[in-house]
Amino acid sequence: MTGQSETGTGAPAMPAAKSAASRRRAAFIELDAVSKTFSTRDRSSTLAVDGVDLDIGASEFVSLLGPSGCGKSTLLSIIAGLIQPTSGEARIEGKPVLAPYTNTGIVFQSDLLLDWRTVLGNVLIQFEMRGLKTAPHREQARALIGSVGLADFERKYPWELSGGMRQRVAICRALIHDPPLLLMDEPFGALDALTRAQLQIDLQSIWQSTRKTVVFVTHSIEEAVFLSDRVIVMTPRPGRVRDILEIDLPRPRGLDVREHPAFTEAILHVNHLFQDMGVIRA
Amino acid sequence: MYARINPLLWTMGSFAIVFAVWEAIVWFFAMPQYLLPGPGPVFVSLAGNFAAILSQTWWTAATILAGFILAAAFAVPLAMVIVISPLLERLIYPPMVATQSIPKIALAPLFIVWFGFGVVPKVAVAFLIAFFPIVIDTIVGLRSIDPAMLQLARSMGAPPYRIFLKMRLPHALPAIFGGLKVASSLAVVGALTGEFVGSDKGLGYLLVQAAGNLNTALLFATLVVLSALAMAFFYLIEVLERIAIPWHASQRTHPH
Repeated sequence: MTGQSETGTGAPAMPAAKSAASRRRAAFIELDAVSKTFSTRDRSSTLAVDGVDLDIGASEFVSLLGPSGCGKSTLLSIIAGLIQPTSGEARIEGKPVLAPYTNTGIVFQSDLLLDWRTVLGNVLIQFEMRGLKTAPHREQARALIGSVGLADFERKYPWELSGGMRQRVAICRALIHDPPLLLMDEPFGALDALTRAQLQIDLQSIWQSTRKTVVFVTHSIEEAVFLSDRVIVMTPRPGRVRDILEIDLPRPRGLDVREHPAFTEAILHVNHLFQDMGVIRA
Repeated sequence: MYARINPLLWTMGSFAIVFAVWEAIVWFFAMPQYLLPGPGPVFVSLAGNFAAILSQTWWTAATILAGFILAAAFAVPLAMVIVISPLLERLIYPPMVATQSIPKIALAPLFIVWFGFGVVPKVAVAFLIAFFPIVIDTIVGLRSIDPAMLQLARSMGAPPYRIFLKMRLPHALPAIFGGLKVASSLAVVGALTGEFVGSDKGLGYLLVQAAGNLNTALLFATLVVLSALAMAFFYLIEVLERIAIPWHASQRTHPH
């Protein structure tokens, strides 16, 4: 594991590895000096994201980690093209993102399932919203629902499912059209600890078999380290990149990876960073 | 153990208690019939005048239905327009709220002047009084969608009309039905008001006639039919609601 200090004032020294970015294959997502200012009701303005430079490689699993309100969700929305940066530019596959990027699947903290549709109908909405026929994708949707352990539930309605099952359906909806990019905004934030651990393991195996590029927003240090190839540690508002950690742990990572020295070292490192930034006070 | 008794028996039982108390009050205070007839004379009057009451009932029912359907047909699209277009919202919403401060019942005499003594002024009052709650509840329903849901839809490349049809509108249905239920009882009030002010037909006319003749038994008989009509109307909308939104929390059957 290597740490790479980007804004680097007073961070606990970690061995620098400048070659990390250059070792990586061509960037899939590029953020180029991205800043976002929100104007508030009383005409003052809030700087949410400040000058973020970041390259994310194809098939890479990257987490944006930071305290609440640090602009990590804003950054994700900018990548998705749902909001435009005030200055700077986001590019996907070299093309500037100027409108909602549709070749992606998004999972939010809230599952956003439609109450009037069955599990199968909720997955197939992905095609309907794109103006495509659902019939040719029905079997494929069934298979995907089965693969996340919900085979017996495809005819059920969302209110008949537990929180973890609902979020599995939301993940199926984000994957069914096989997009190269998966954007996840604290997807497991509302789940209990056991369900959360299970879904983290399941997400990892989905990622390993599909090799999609994943941008994963979280404020859980453990979750970020457990899942990611790289963890982008962000500062409190305005959000800047404070540090980038390469997580060099073997995959598939199981529950016992938490005892791996590299794992505990990474957690400790981020904890120190947060303490340093005043996010956690000792 | 109470749950094992047929719900129909419960209903009949509670009505039996009401009638018994009613009869007891009439007997105990020795009420004269022109003030408070007992249940017996009321049902005698109802049976004796059944054909006459029924012919007036059809008239009133048609008025209520026409006013209600017109209100729904105009209110729901208007609410959609207000939600979709901020410009039209600014244009339509303030005058609409301002006109709502006029008590609609007070307009009934004006409508007689404008539309004569036919069915039109009655339908107009029913329409006006039922209109507002449907507009307001539809607006609330259409607006209450999670903004993240709209973001999700945009990331799926959906055009606004599709987002509206597949997400916003179904999401708003429970609120729309809430407005329709309130409007259904108000439409009854509106139609009756129209009939009170000037009519030679309908249950409202019959009520005024019965009161004028101190025929209190007939008045009560008409009231019974009127509340049965209002109830039937309300349950009709409940049935439609159950068909339209079986998925909503209010429609789920709860295990006891």
